[in-house]
Amino acid sequence: MSNTITFTIDGVEVTGQPGQTIMEAADAAGIYIPRLCALEELSPHGSCRVCTVMVNGRPQAACTQPIADGMVVENDTEQILAIRRDIIDMLFVEGNHFCMFCEKSGNCELQALAYRFGIAAPRFPYLFPKRDIDATHPDIFIDRNRCILCGRCVRASRDIDGKNVFEFVGRGFEKRVAVNAEANLADTDAAATDEAVNVCPTGALLKKRVGYAVPVGQRKYDHKPIGSEIEKK
Amino acid sequence: MAKPKVATTSLAGCFGCHMSLLDIDDRILKLVELVDFDKSPVDDIKEFTGRCAVGLIEGGCANEENVRVLQDFRRHCDILISVGDCAINGGIPAMRNAVPLKECFQEAYSTDNRLGPAVYNPDNQIPNDPEIPLLLDKVYPCHEVVKIDYHLPGCPPPADTLWEALVALLSDKPVALPYELIKYD
Repeated sequence: MSNTITFTIDGVEVTGQPGQTIMEAADAAGIYIPRLCALEELSPHGSCRVCTVMVNGRPQAACTQPIADGMVVENDTEQILAIRRDIIDMLFVEGNHFCMFCEKSGNCELQALAYRFGIAAPRFPYLFPKRDIDATHPDIFIDRNRCILCGRCVRASRDIDGKNVFEFVGRGFEKRVAVNAEANLADTDAAATDEAVNVCPTGALLKKRVGYAVPVGQRKYDHKPIGSEIEKK
Repeated sequence: MAKPKVATTSLAGCFGCHMSLLDIDDRILKLVELVDFDKSPVDDIKEFTGRCAVGLIEGGCANEENVRVLQDFRRHCDILISVGDCAINGGIPAMRNAVPLKECFQEAYSTDNRLGPAVYNPDNQIPNDPEIPLLLDKVYPCHEVVKIDYHLPGCPPPADTLWEALVALLSDKPVALPYELIKYD
């Protein structure tokens, strides 16, 4: 049995190791597949669907789908790009993403994806949901207006911090991130040094008293699109 | 040939986008060679004098007057552009959208529930003069009210974004903004 797997992404031959996901193999090959819930140090979640690719003609999440010999993956096609754009659009209209005063602006992965896709305005009507803020903790806060339910904080708190501070509650439109306490974030053992705080792709989980620390023009996605660090390889 | 006309307005905005337009600096001299301004706060023309090539809309629709002005722009302009985050997604004024209108009024005017500011308002009156445009139930992005042809995001959109887009449109070229000119802040 051979210990490398050969498949194609957009017609380009890619090799990977058994057990790798499509995203892992693509990253190693310098092919960027957009993602929001996936993060290298966390277990795959498969929830945001931004990494949707066509695998042998069927849509699959690249972050969870293992590679197989002879697999035909489509990543950079008109059809896939349209699906991803719609998902990003929906994430924007389903929350209250006021980038103009958000401390994460310029370093936000959701915003950066919209920039990469050249989105000037979403094509769906805004929902303006009522979401709450938990600012009880002395050093960190949750702004659920900006939460995209990627589950990164849930996984990081459970698997890296070993604290299980966050979990999802509710279903569908009512789904939200809750904290493992009777009432508020202040009642948990969450700390500003937790990896859970660092991994939030948006400004939903932020450290207090940081503010707009990096000037406009020097932030992560001011000049280079998200994913260009992978494509450079 | 007469110069094409440009109209601008600020609906529920802060005039920051108009400031950004002025921020094109000396290119404004080139701009007045290229276009005439029609209805706009720039020249203080209150009503349209004719057909306009481009209409620039700052701000979303927070009240009935905003809607009327926006519909007037749609009728008079060949190309209508949402300029800035407020026109595109409601912006800061849209932060009231998750709050019922009555609560917004109480917060602003009522001294009854000690929520409001320290205004002298012993009768707890909510302003209701017919001269005052009625507030809408929420703040609407412009493209949810009329057809909008282009969106230039930013708070405000950089002067270069406005310049590039205007010059492209006035010379019948597609508006293709580079990565660094599409920003939401």
